[in-house]
Amino acid sequence: MRQMLLVAPILIPLLASAVTALLWMRPGVQRAVGLFAAVALFAATLALLAQVISGGMLVGQMGNWPAPFGISLVVDHLAAAMLAITGLMGLVVAVYAMGPGAQERDRAGFQPLFHALLMGVTGAFMTGDLFNLYVWFEVMLIASFGLLVLDRTREQIDGGIRYVMLNLVGTTFFLLAVGLVYGLTGTLNLADIARVAPDIENQGALAAVGVLLLVSFGAKAAVFPLFNWLPASYHTASMPVAAIFAALLTKVGVYAIIRIFTLVFAHDQALFGPLLGIIAMATMVVGVLGAAMHYDVRRILSFHIISQIGYMLVGVALMTPLAIAGSVLYVVHHIVVKANLFLVAGAMRQVGGSFALKRLGGLYAARPLLGLAFLIPALSLAGIPPLSGFWGKLVVIRSGLEAEAYVLAFVALAVGLLTLYSMVKIWNEAFWKARPDAAPEPPFAWSLAQRVATFAPIILLCGVTLTIGLWTEPFAAFSITAAEGLLDREGYIAAVLGANPVQLTEAVP
Amino acid sequence: METPLALTIGVLVAAAAYLLLARDLPRVLLGFVLLGNAANLTIFAAGRIGTMTPPLVEYGALALTADAANPLPQALVLTAIVIGFGLAAFALVLVMRAHAEFGSVHAEDMDAAEAPDEPATQAPSPPEDSIPARREAA
Repeated sequence: MRQMLLVAPILIPLLASAVTALLWMRPGVQRAVGLFAAVALFAATLALLAQVISGGMLVGQMGNWPAPFGISLVVDHLAAAMLAITGLMGLVVAVYAMGPGAQERDRAGFQPLFHALLMGVTGAFMTGDLFNLYVWFEVMLIASFGLLVLDRTREQIDGGIRYVMLNLVGTTFFLLAVGLVYGLTGTLNLADIARVAPDIENQGALAAVGVLLLVSFGAKAAVFPLFNWLPASYHTASMPVAAIFAALLTKVGVYAIIRIFTLVFAHDQALFGPLLGIIAMATMVVGVLGAAMHYDVRRILSFHIISQIGYMLVGVALMTPLAIAGSVLYVVHHIVVKANLFLVAGAMRQVGGSFALKRLGGLYAARPLLGLAFLIPALSLAGIPPLSGFWGKLVVIRSGLEAEAYVLAFVALAVGLLTLYSMVKIWNEAFWKARPDAAPEPPFAWSLAQRVATFAPIILLCGVTLTIGLWTEPFAAFSITAAEGLLDREGYIAAVLGANPVQLTEAVP
Repeated sequence: METPLALTIGVLVAAAAYLLLARDLPRVLLGFVLLGNAANLTIFAAGRIGTMTPPLVEYGALALTADAANPLPQALVLTAIVIGFGLAAFALVLVMRAHAEFGSVHAEDMDAAEAPDEPATQAPSPPEDSIPARREAA
């Protein structure tokens, strides 16, 4: 039963993607199947999370091949949390995608691509094998290519080219690194690599491979200086697509960095710690400054994705239990909040007729509920107590102070202030000021069902943000358990390889 | 065998880097294909090279003979080739579509996605006591 549960987060989106692709000519049925699959995926990931909390790490060997030879699926606390939040995002965006524009999207093939994307993301979170991680990255990537250019507008084709070209190079670097890791260690199983990595003779080559992996994961996570594809493309996507991209894609890169650098390169912390710290600071600052200069809601939000990635890297840079717990808490909080802001931006366009702040105005007078639904995630992003972002920032900054990384802590604080500036800018321009005369008419009236499909996910995610903010204790405790699990490399290796791992010395090529 | 292989990979990566920096999108795409081939050769070289014995277990034997080729890099390269082919095909279609849309395959001619957005209000005019005024006062 546990083994079935372990593969469910991959099998459910796979089936959904296949079935919806077969139902190509019947968008209505596609939507029903897609929604059902999203509910099933969320239920499965929650069950998996419950299993991990009660019974500890879950490990499965695909095809019953013993550990270093086959592909292992490993779900520890961090992976389980990421899976559950992926399930939640899948459900929320599946509902939101039933709002305005659903028919055009479904005719263009939204449903099969969306579920393929979810499969790539869940696979990347679960796998315990480096080459398999590459394959899941590619599944995710090709699905995201299709989703990004779904409407085939000029904007999207241009944004799509930038996104595709830069990401293709990023994944090829990953492939190159996989080959070099195999050459150095003779294995691709992450636990096995972690076991042999500290004893490799040629540590210099291993560190070079680590940097290559950092470049390819960093390109995926949009860290400084590899972030340029993100603000060039995300704002062109249709809103449900932008929301799921903002929630999950960069976070897969962050997850890969956390996983690889806590597990495989932990012995080389003297090199990678400061490197990641500098990258984290530069990412925070560049992202928030980029957001400050833009006056389009989507582009402001895109730049804030980059700036928040910096906070998530602090944990790996410092490598203390508290810092990693902060990163875990921050990732979970950020996914909910950022997806919600994109959903709200879509609703703002629906109500106000534009994404440009100049053309928006008076939204608070017209729709006070929308204003409230914007304020909760926006203030949470900026880290205002008692919302979820405050606790995430508190743990990250406190871990920075405890580790005596004062510059890092100071930058994190200052960036929080600038985040508030951007959010207040959106609030002042779109909600507070009077409606400008040149304001465009909303594109069309929407039905009650579309309204429910748009606002139910927003309100649900606001509820999640408030829950994390007001009842932080279980989330914080979970994050600390996850961090301890990540730092316990021996435990991970033993759980995957068994107590007496097969000695592979002869297999080293 | 290792030296020519290493040289080949080096030449491929250099050519790929040159092509990836081009403004012409089909050249960038070719650069990606070359880089992918360099990565595949790297994986191949990371396994054992220099044997011609196929990795097949003899009838009745339980393991490979000692000098057999390493089957794992071959499997990995095969997977990577398929994935790289799919990605290159998609990118090619995208470039063709962009050519139909923009009438050009030069990256510089495509500026739809990052057009500067309008600022919320006109930039405020500099205050009276700006630098020239202060200079006069001094």
